Amino acid sequence: MASHGDHADGEFAHPMPIWMLLFVFVALTFLTILTVFQASFSLGNWEIWLSMIIASIKATLVMAFFMHLAFDKPFNVIMFLSSFLFVTLFVGFLLMDTNAYDDKIIVKPVAETLQ
Amino acid sequence: MATAEIDQDGHAHDHSDHHDHPAFLAHHFDSPEQQYDSGKLGMWLFLVTEILFFSGLFCAYAIYRSLRPEVYAFCSQFLNTELGAINTGVLLFSSLTMAWAVRAAQLEQHKVTVGMIAATISCAAIFLGVKAVEYSHKWDMGLLPAGMYSYDPVAEHHEGLSHYLIAISIVPSIVLIALIGLFIYGKAAGKQFLASCAAPLTVAAACYFVGVGLGVFLESRAAAAGHDSHAEGSALAAIGHADGLPPSKILEGPLDHATEDPPTIGIGTGDEAVGIMAADATNTGIRSELDALRAQEEMASGAFVDEYDGVDPFYDRPIENVNSNSLAGVFFSIYYCMTGLHAIHIIAGIGVLAWLLVRAVRQDFCSQYFGPVDYVGLYWHIVDLIWIYLFPLLYLIG
Repeated sequence: MASHGDHADGEFAHPMPIWMLLFVFVALTFLTILTVFQASFSLGNWEIWLSMIIASIKATLVMAFFMHLAFDKPFNVIMFLSSFLFVTLFVGFLLMDTNAYDDKIIVKPVAETLQ
Repeated sequence: MATAEIDQDGHAHDHSDHHDHPAFLAHHFDSPEQQYDSGKLGMWLFLVTEILFFSGLFCAYAIYRSLRPEVYAFCSQFLNTELGAINTGVLLFSSLTMAWAVRAAQLEQHKVTVGMIAATISCAAIFLGVKAVEYSHKWDMGLLPAGMYSYDPVAEHHEGLSHYLIAISIVPSIVLIALIGLFIYGKAAGKQFLASCAAPLTVAAACYFVGVGLGVFLESRAAAAGHDSHAEGSALAAIGHADGLPPSKILEGPLDHATEDPPTIGIGTGDEAVGIMAADATNTGIRSELDALRAQEEMASGAFVDEYDGVDPFYDRPIENVNSNSLAGVFFSIYYCMTGLHAIHIIAGIGVLAWLLVRAVRQDFCSQYFGPVDYVGLYWHIVDLIWIYLFPLLYLIG
């Protein structure tokens, strides 16, 4: 059972270095301050895109390092990222459908809709 | 011959070798690594379902936003960006301590593991404390989900300590007292294990009240800053705008405005009563009736032909009051669903982390067996990940 014993003692843990954890935390804090700061300007339509891009950078940092997805098995990475693909499809199609209607059409007389 | 050897080998492995199996290794796994990878695969699958589960709520948010952007512009003033930002920082820090706890468990630094898990629970408790202040403040102002929404800009403030906050804090208080009791009992009865489990949990439970204190302080500071200038004025302006009235007219006072209105509309007797009823902002039925009568009056006088503002009362959607059950109320339904579900995840996370803490005090984890810490860590990071998106969507974008 020597081979089995060797296998059991094989190291599979991948401890993250402390400097990396701290660096990720500082980066996340900085991005949070940045997104709060950019919210003080009114950028109109760009606001939602800019803050979503910053949020996605933060999410990527958390996933890659805190969740050590960068060092994980490719299968886990593909599985997890595929969920985002389906979320995009879900939200995208529903928004497309929502925007396909003309909300100017009022079927009921005005007096009723005013209630 | 070869098959016979393998059979014998397998046989030997199953029985005589059983005591060589470490206690943490379930008998159906060959190696700790296989056990770890299987658990991790299951955890990732669970997290995928979590993402999809939350995406339904993000969808509701996106659709309502695309249909009614003005509701979001109106409601965003009620969300305190400062408190949201503080909570974001707290959650990010808890993610750091959680990742550190995983590292410590892998390196068999038992004391550090316990400390980091305790820090994570404490941050979660602070988060919930701040959230409790936010929720109770909104409930005081009548900013409730559709069906219960009753915000009135004229009488918006509730002075003193919120009764809702006291009600929410009952359970944390009981938990804190119970943990203090356990700690004292553990010390007195010489049960070292019990005491060393209860001590960090007591600190964590006390952190809820730190969060409440922080939230109350920041909320009162924001109220003091916004009271004279911004918040009330903008709220009234938004309502005035939605009513089609200049803000100055609203600020004159609701009763003046109401008693002045009926004669111009000319509905004859009962003007006084209607006026008084319409003074109450929550009485949306009377208000919209007045709006309808006003629109009728304008049409009858032909004035709208001269001042045609692009809104045709027959074919265009009527201008509705944003501050109503059916508009702002729906926003708050979405808000409470999203943040409430997130808070439930935090509470569940605290439960699982408390279990981890007890096991970490017992020194269950080693470099071959740190799966539970890692899996709970992944769950905790996903809760953080969802907040990373919730924060800008709800608190920042107006």
